Amino acid sequence: MPNENNKRKPAKPKNVFGTFKRIFSYMYGFKVHLILVVVGIILSAAAGVAGNYLLKPIIDKYIEPFIGSENPELSGFVSILIIMGIIYALGALSTLFYQRLMLKVSTTTLMRIRNDLFNKMEALPISYFDKHTHGELMSLYTNDTDTIREMLSNSVAQFISSAITIVGVFAAMVYYSWQLTILVVVMLFVIIKVIGAIGSRSSRGFKAQQTALGAVNGYIEEMIEGQKVVKVFCHEEKADEGFDVINEQLCNASTHANTFANILMPIMNNLSYLHYAITAIVGGIMTVNGVGGMTIGTVVSYLQFTRSFSQPITQISQQLNSVLTALAGAERIFNVIDETPETDNGYVTLVNANVAIDGTISESSVRTGRWAWRHPHSADGTVTYTEVKGNVEFDDVYFGYEPNKTVLNGISLFAKPGQKIAFVGSTGAGKTTITNLINRFYDVPDGKIRYDGININKIKKSDLRRSLSMVLQDTHLFTGTVMDNIRYGKLDASDNDVYAAAKLANADSFIKHLEDGYNTMLTADGANLSQGQRQLLAIARAAIANPPVLILDEATSSIDTRTEALIEKGMDGLMEGRTVFVIAHRLSTVRNSHAIMVLENGKIIERGNHNELISQHGKYFQLYTGMFELS
Amino acid sequence: MYKKLLSFIGEYKKYAILSPITIIGEVAMEVAIPTIMALIIDKGIKNNDISYVVKMGLIMVLMAAVSLIFGSLAGRYSAVASMGFAKNLRGGLFRKVQSYSFSNVDKFSTASLITRLTTDVTNIQNAFMMFIRMAFRSPIMLICATLMSIRLNAKLSIVFLCAIPVLGIALFFIVIKAHPRFQKMLYKYDGMNAKVQENLIGIRVVKAFVREEHEKKNFEDTSDSVRKAQVFAEKLIILNAPIMQICMYASIVAILWFGGNMTINGNMGTGELASFITYVMQILMSLMMLSMLFIMFVISRASIQRVYEVLQEEPAIKDSKNASVSAADGSIRFENVNFSYFSDEHNLVLENINLDIHSGETIGIIGGTGSSKTTLVQLIPRLYDTTDGNVFVGGHNVRDYGLETLRNEVAMVLQKNILFSGTIKENLKWGNENASDEEIIEACKSACAHDFVMNFPDGYETDLGQGGVNVSGGQKQRLCIARALLKKPKIIILDDSTSAVDTATDSSIRAAFNEKLADTTTIIIAQRISSVKDADRIIVLSNGTINGVGTHDELIANNEIYREVYNSQQKGAKE
Repeated sequence: MPNENNKRKPAKPKNVFGTFKRIFSYMYGFKVHLILVVVGIILSAAAGVAGNYLLKPIIDKYIEPFIGSENPELSGFVSILIIMGIIYALGALSTLFYQRLMLKVSTTTLMRIRNDLFNKMEALPISYFDKHTHGELMSLYTNDTDTIREMLSNSVAQFISSAITIVGVFAAMVYYSWQLTILVVVMLFVIIKVIGAIGSRSSRGFKAQQTALGAVNGYIEEMIEGQKVVKVFCHEEKADEGFDVINEQLCNASTHANTFANILMPIMNNLSYLHYAITAIVGGIMTVNGVGGMTIGTVVSYLQFTRSFSQPITQISQQLNSVLTALAGAERIFNVIDETPETDNGYVTLVNANVAIDGTISESSVRTGRWAWRHPHSADGTVTYTEVKGNVEFDDVYFGYEPNKTVLNGISLFAKPGQKIAFVGSTGAGKTTITNLINRFYDVPDGKIRYDGININKIKKSDLRRSLSMVLQDTHLFTGTVMDNIRYGKLDASDNDVYAAAKLANADSFIKHLEDGYNTMLTADGANLSQGQRQLLAIARAAIANPPVLILDEATSSIDTRTEALIEKGMDGLMEGRTVFVIAHRLSTVRNSHAIMVLENGKIIERGNHNELISQHGKYFQLYTGMFELS
Repeated sequence: MYKKLLSFIGEYKKYAILSPITIIGEVAMEVAIPTIMALIIDKGIKNNDISYVVKMGLIMVLMAAVSLIFGSLAGRYSAVASMGFAKNLRGGLFRKVQSYSFSNVDKFSTASLITRLTTDVTNIQNAFMMFIRMAFRSPIMLICATLMSIRLNAKLSIVFLCAIPVLGIALFFIVIKAHPRFQKMLYKYDGMNAKVQENLIGIRVVKAFVREEHEKKNFEDTSDSVRKAQVFAEKLIILNAPIMQICMYASIVAILWFGGNMTINGNMGTGELASFITYVMQILMSLMMLSMLFIMFVISRASIQRVYEVLQEEPAIKDSKNASVSAADGSIRFENVNFSYFSDEHNLVLENINLDIHSGETIGIIGGTGSSKTTLVQLIPRLYDTTDGNVFVGGHNVRDYGLETLRNEVAMVLQKNILFSGTIKENLKWGNENASDEEIIEACKSACAHDFVMNFPDGYETDLGQGGVNVSGGQKQRLCIARALLKKPKIIILDDSTSAVDTATDSSIRAAFNEKLADTTTIIIAQRISSVKDADRIIVLSNGTINGVGTHDELIANNEIYREVYNSQQKGAKE
């Protein structure tokens, strides 16, 4: 199916052999299967060749001599046909056998690759996702695994069997008549030339098609995502016109590419007929003149061979293409698998703790509602425990997403347990970046961040994150029920815990109004909920985790101020004695904070509580009075 | 369903017809050639008649040349036809989606529409090409080869006349049984892709909650169920090849035996026997191709179904194109309006709305999450139709307007707004294609966008990139306001359009509006009281009903909800 190509990226694999080996390494535990598969393929291909092999003796020995005879001796004929039947039956059986085995091997291999890819994806640092689009990563799971699947389940087997057929037929041809084989070699040369010429044209065509397809898909994506804007501006016709232009380009490019792909088959086919005719003429002349002991039987089976010779060559030329694209796809997958995962050298872990009246802390195996940092000291082998309180300290922190482009310039701050710390500033001032550093989505090159006095680089990432709860600017929910989504914050939470968290986040009332209440299925990132409702769920999800530190990044931006006030009451109770970081545009949200940091260009330009900042008459004052200009 | 899709062949119908015709030519030659081969062997080589062999050989070369020409033409025509078909289909789908109203888009979801227009169309295009190349080729080959072999030796053809139904029935059953299994497999695939997508989008949530292991386990289950579905579906399909081989090999053996005996008795030539075997292979191969075609069909059926759904969807709002109504002024009236997104009387999100807005008035709308503020204003430019009751703009029912006329009078800045790839100027011109540079600068000044635009090195020629990624949230909102202003509308609606703009800029935008757009009816939805407190009237929405209407002072005095919102935002300022 040459037209299959247009789905694929034309990129060539860089390391054919290495990639092959790598795919092969995923077939662990299938050694016996694989050996049997290869045997099966060989048997199946050999059966086909052997059948052709037998045609000559059948015609020469058992049919020709008896033509016209009254009492033909048929026992030999019968027995050779029986042998032929057995060989054929074996061939068909081994086809069934190897395909069934290969199905198991290929699907399992694919599953392993997919799982590896996914596991790696989960382990990659956030910065990786900043640099790569979702579409890019998605296509690894769809297009690229598809090509590997195609290669494993079809191409490899066909490749081997075609190769065996070619070798077998060629050997037979040489054996029957070396003179005619010269013809075959000449023909082979022509065929390779033709495949090369057409193949390179068509692959250039497919490259052009791929570019055009990218443009069309990009346009579709943009216009459909902006569909509502298109409607509001009555821009439909303009959008249509723009689309027609690139659609036409795609059509031209793909017609060109597919034409070449389509004509390959007829050309190959008819070259083989040409070969046949020439062989017949030459063979005929040789038979008549008795050159090289040529017989009719030889010519007949030779002619049969020419037919069975061209087919596998065409097949190989097609398979070669799909094998190369599959390997290129596999390379893309392996590149992701080889990415460096998030590094984590932390050794300080989070444990449940019992705190005695005198303040001594001991580890507990059950959930006590209090936590401690378990800090082993490699120097003397002792272990110390520090109760988790939620002290967060930034000490002269510098950070940039890209080198030479700092986003934070010397941030220092101190948050005591139970304090509500707010960040205020315009977009791009670095507010979200600060919170991303606390939970180590990104690592700090310069300066120190301490959590309860421990440098966060020493804390195991997963434990660090477990001790923090985040409600992010963009709310993301997962496929599953409302209940599942809230429980995401604490997997072993009871139903009652979930209800309590939902009530706290003021989400209970709207959830009860949903079709199936808490059992309502959410699909496609909670598309059936409003932005505000999704934020309420995200808050409930964070609340149920009940951690010492809570980070709210524009968590209430789509929630009205009344509801926000209600949530705040519940949150205040929850956060009693814990630390809260708040980022908000709405100054009413941050007003009651213990400390407000005003950020500009990655620097804290003002700090203090609301009243202090107002009396400073600085940036905060401007922002705030801008809001209440007349009061 | 298929008829509807096939109608997109359009101007490429000629090629879609020529393609099978040329294929007939190619197949005819291909079928005739084995007969010539038989003649070469039986009449030429057997009788040592070299001149005959050469003559027939040349005929054969000639036929191969004819077949080559036909074959290449067929390849060309089928490429033209199927790529043209795909182009028309893509274009048709795109136009259809453009005709959708908001409720249609909501129904499908953006992501699903994109997949349908990209991946699904590509699948259909491939299936279509396969179809026009093979769907004719195989049956024609089957019939021609059968006829030829019957002509060659009717008695012997009984052998494969027995084999064909056996193979046919077997392949038929495989396809029938495989169909639901493949659908199940594709369904599982969709589920797995959704899982991956979700993890990509929500990776920060996964990491923040340390749920990597949880997600991995989930994915492994999904991945394994895909594998199982795959094995379940494909273990049927792999029966195809061995069954085919058994039929073919059995026929060959049988033909050799019976044909061999006939040859011995002088009823058949050796060459005829050989070409007979070629025919049998051709026949069985074409059956095999047919069954592959069916499988292809099964796999593409899901795509066809999904594309068809898009085509069948009726735009919820019909444009009364020949309407000549135009808005006299910027007045708006709501008369007993009820609204539900699902046209469900029991699930109303707006209930019994009556409103009278005068031309040139500034109206603020305040209300809690889910109080249907956005829904209310979307009825004005008829982005949705009311379930009950009527909305009037400029004295006419919105249903009597041409959609373009109406929406040119009513500009709306959406809550979730989008800029497109292209320069800032190109984006602004969406509002008015013929806007002069002065008009553009004027609009940007009103929206407080001019200053930051001029700070870019390329000014108005700055390229925004896909989705307007090169500007901040607040800048984007201001550009969107400027874009709407360029329409010079009679009514402008700002749906929480300054949420990412700092408060100082927000108030200067409002000041510019008061000054320059005094005659324009302005509707402002906002979270901040400060954004609406200067409005002529403020509407307080609660649970889809109007809770109060009045000026800021009136509402403070007698509307509890308004007072509460005000106090919650005001608190601290007085502390």
